[in-house]
Amino acid sequence: MDMNAYLSMFIDESNDHLQSLNENLLKLESAPDDISIVQIIFRSAHTLKGMSATMGFEDLASLTHEMENVLDLVRNHKLAMDNFIFDTLFKGLDALESMVQDITGGGTGKADVTAIVASLKAIVKGDYKKEAASESSAAGTASPEDGNKLDQFQSSILLQSIEAGMSVFHIVVTVREDCVLKAARAYMVFDFLERSGEIVKSSPSAQDIEQEKFDRTFTVFTIASISGDELRKGIESVSEIESAAITQLDKESLIQLGAASAPGAPTASASIAQETVAAAKAQTAAAAASPAAPAATTAAPAAGGNASRTIRVDIERLDSLMNLFSELLIDRVRLEQLASEIRRNDLTETVEHMSRVSSDLQNIVLKLRMVPVESVFNRFPRMVRDLAKSLDKKVELVIAGADTELDRTVIDEIGDPLVHLLRNSLDHGIESIADRVAAGKSETGTVHLRAFHSGNHVFIEVEEDGRGINAERVKQTAIKNGVLDAEAANRLTDNEINMLIFAAGFSTADKISDISGRGVGLDVVRSKIESLGGHVSVESTPGKGTKFSIQLPLTLSIISAMLVKLGAEKYAIPLSSIVETAIVPREQIRKIHGNRMIDYRGSVIPLISLAQVLDCRSFPEEDELETEIVVIRKGNKLGAVTVDEFLGQSEIVLKTLGKYLTNIEAISGATILGDGQVALIVDPNALIK
Amino acid sequence: MGEEMKVIVFGLANEEYGIEVEKVRTIERMMPITRVPKTFAFVKGVVNLRGVVIPVIDLRGRFGLPESEATESSRIIIVAVNELEVGFIVDSANDVIDIDSDTIDTPPEVVGGVKAKYLRGVAKVGDSRLLIMLNLSEVLNKSEIIQLEQQEA
Repeated sequence: MDMNAYLSMFIDESNDHLQSLNENLLKLESAPDDISIVQIIFRSAHTLKGMSATMGFEDLASLTHEMENVLDLVRNHKLAMDNFIFDTLFKGLDALESMVQDITGGGTGKADVTAIVASLKAIVKGDYKKEAASESSAAGTASPEDGNKLDQFQSSILLQSIEAGMSVFHIVVTVREDCVLKAARAYMVFDFLERSGEIVKSSPSAQDIEQEKFDRTFTVFTIASISGDELRKGIESVSEIESAAITQLDKESLIQLGAASAPGAPTASASIAQETVAAAKAQTAAAAASPAAPAATTAAPAAGGNASRTIRVDIERLDSLMNLFSELLIDRVRLEQLASEIRRNDLTETVEHMSRVSSDLQNIVLKLRMVPVESVFNRFPRMVRDLAKSLDKKVELVIAGADTELDRTVIDEIGDPLVHLLRNSLDHGIESIADRVAAGKSETGTVHLRAFHSGNHVFIEVEEDGRGINAERVKQTAIKNGVLDAEAANRLTDNEINMLIFAAGFSTADKISDISGRGVGLDVVRSKIESLGGHVSVESTPGKGTKFSIQLPLTLSIISAMLVKLGAEKYAIPLSSIVETAIVPREQIRKIHGNRMIDYRGSVIPLISLAQVLDCRSFPEEDELETEIVVIRKGNKLGAVTVDEFLGQSEIVLKTLGKYLTNIEAISGATILGDGQVALIVDPNALIK
Repeated sequence: MGEEMKVIVFGLANEEYGIEVEKVRTIERMMPITRVPKTFAFVKGVVNLRGVVIPVIDLRGRFGLPESEATESSRIIIVAVNELEVGFIVDSANDVIDIDSDTIDTPPEVVGGVKAKYLRGVAKVGDSRLLIMLNLSEVLNKSEIIQLEQQEA
C-alpha cells in the first residue's frame, strides 16, 4: 500500500488526537476522579497507536502503547492519578507531538523515547512512588545546569567536529531588558547562526524560544565556519541584543560538559531506577528539542516524502470570508446596474473587469470549502469487508469518483447516511452465497459506490447486484404498518412503491439483524439528505439489483436563480429546479376538476399560482391575457408556476431569515438584491404536492 | 441603591417604553421592508441590515394595539436576545437615560393596553415620568403565539 496518500490524513488526525489528549489530560488534572475523561483519553491514545503502527511509525506507536498501559490501569481503578503520572504523561505527549512534527517536516518520526518509556513502565510496575521523593530534589539541583547539558549524541557530534578541525562554540546570548519581541530577536540570532554554521543544541529548546518561553538569556552550542569574533559581531548586530558570551570549546571542556550531563545530578545514593527517572527529565527536553531545532533539517528527510502542504482553517473564518464576499457580490450587481445606466465607457470597462475578478474570486472562495468525498469514502472498504464477513457473504466494493469535491458542510453530514445505505445494501440487497449461486449469479456480490458531478449537483450512487426490492412485499408491509391504505397502494407505480421504503417506521427485513432492519435508517437517510437540500431516490429491478441515488447541491451558499416579479414584489427561484420558462395565452389554460392545467410538451401539468401561494395581492393575475410560467421539476413531477414578469438570471447569496422566522411555507430563505432590497427565495419543492 | 442601568427610551401609542441598552444593537430609520408571506400579521417582513437579513415586527401589532402608518419619527430598533435578532417598529426613539434598578416596580395587570407578562416593570423617572420596561424574551416568545393561533383556529 502506498502510504504517502494517507500521510497528510495521518498527520491531520494525529494532530487532532494530540490536541484532544492534551485538552482532556488538562481537564483530568482538574478533576482527577472523573473516569469518563480517562476513557476519552484512552480512546484517543488507542486510535493514535493504531494509526501510527499502520503507518509504520514504530517509536510513536510504542510510546503511545506505554501511555495506554498506564491509562488502562487508571481506567480500571487500579491506579490513582497523581502529579508524577500527569507529568510523565504530558512529557510523553510532548514527545509524541515533536515526533509528529518531525513527520510533518518530512522526517521519519524517530526519536529516543526510552527514558519516557522507562518512567511509564515504572508507573505501571508501581515502584515509582518511592523514587519520586528523592528524584524531586535531584531534579531541583539539576535544572539550573540544564543549559549546559549535552546528551551523548550531541556531545559526540561536537567531539567529532572538533576532531575534524572545526570550531565549536558555546554561546550565551542575552537580550536587552526592554526588548519587546524577544522571540523575534532570538529568531534573528538563530537565523544568523544557521547561516554561519550549524546549531547542535539550544537551551531552552528552539520551540520554547519561538514561543518566548525564556527569560533574558538563552544558550546555544554551534559548529561555526567563522571565527568567534565574527560570530559575536554578527549576533550583536541584531538589535536589542545586549551581549553574546562566546566560548570556544575544545575536547577537554566538552568532555567536562558531557560528564556533567551523564548521570543526571550525581547524588551518589541514588538507585539505578532513580537514575532512569531523573535522566528521563533531561532526555525529554533533548528529545523535544532535537526534531524541532534547526539542526534537524540536516537529517535526511527520507521515507516520509512530501505531504501536500495544507493549513487547517477554522470553518468559521471561511464562513465570514464567504459573508464578506457575498456583500461584495451584492455591490457588484449594484455597480453593474449603475454602469449600464451611466453608460460611460471607462466605467463600464472597470466594472466588467471587476466582475471578472470577482467571479474568479467566487470560484476560489467556493473551492476553499470544497473537500473530495474521498475523505468519507476511505473508511468504507474496511467497513464493507467486516460487514460482509459477519454476514457470511462475499462482497466487492467498487469505488469510483472519490475525487469528486463537495462543500465541507455537506461532507461532514453525508457520512452517516452513506453508512446506512451501504449497510442496507449488504444486509438486504446482496443475497447469501447459496442464494446467489442458485440464482445463477457469481458468488461475489458487487457494490458500486460512485460520485460524480452533474450540473450544479453532485450525485452519489450506491448500486448492488442483489435481489432487488420485492415491490409486492413492500406494498404489503406498508399497508400493514399503516403507512398507507390498500386502495392508495394499488394506484402506485412500482417506482412509487420503492420510494415507500423511505417512509418512517418501515422495514421489510424478516428478522431484525444487528446491521439493519430495525425500521430506522432509510427514513433517517432521507430526512438527512433533504435537510442538506438534496434528495434521494431508488431504482430497483427484481433479481437484478437496486440503485440508491443521492442528489446533493454543490454548495449551500451561492446559487444561480431566476428572479421573477409578482406585482411590486421580487422573488428568486433556484435555477436547479427550473426546467424552462414560457409564455402561455389565457385560452390555453384548461380547467380539469376545478384545477387549472396546461399542455406541456405532450403532457398535462398543473398550473400553480405563485401569487396565491404567497398571498401576494399586488399582482392581479386574473387580468392577464398572457401568463408567464416557470416550469419546475420535483423528482419526476412537473408543475408550471405563474409569475408576473421575468427579471433574469442571477447568482444569489443564500441568507437565512433568522431564527425568529422559521418554517415559512414555500420560502427557503432570502437573498439581497443589487438595489439592497431583500428578495425571498421560493422553495420549488413546496409548490408541487 | 440598586444598579444603575442605561435604557433606550422609545414611544409607542402615547406611552414611553424602555429597553436595556446592551440588548439594543442599533436604531435605524424606516427602510424598505420585504413582506414575508404566511406568518403572523405583526411580522412586517425582513430588512437588509448591512448584509444581514433581519425580521421586523410591528410592536403595536405584537401588543394588540391598533397599528398605524409609519411617520417621519418612526424607527426600527434592532434588538438581540437569546441569539434572536429582531427589529421592532416603534413610533419614535430619541432618548437614552440612566435609571436605578430599585425604582422599577412590578407592573400592574395591564399598562397602556399591554399585558403584564410582556413587561419587566414600570420605572419612575424624575417626578412624573413613567417608563415601561419590556421583558424582551417574553415579547419574542413564539410558542405562546402559536398556541393562541391554534386555539383561534
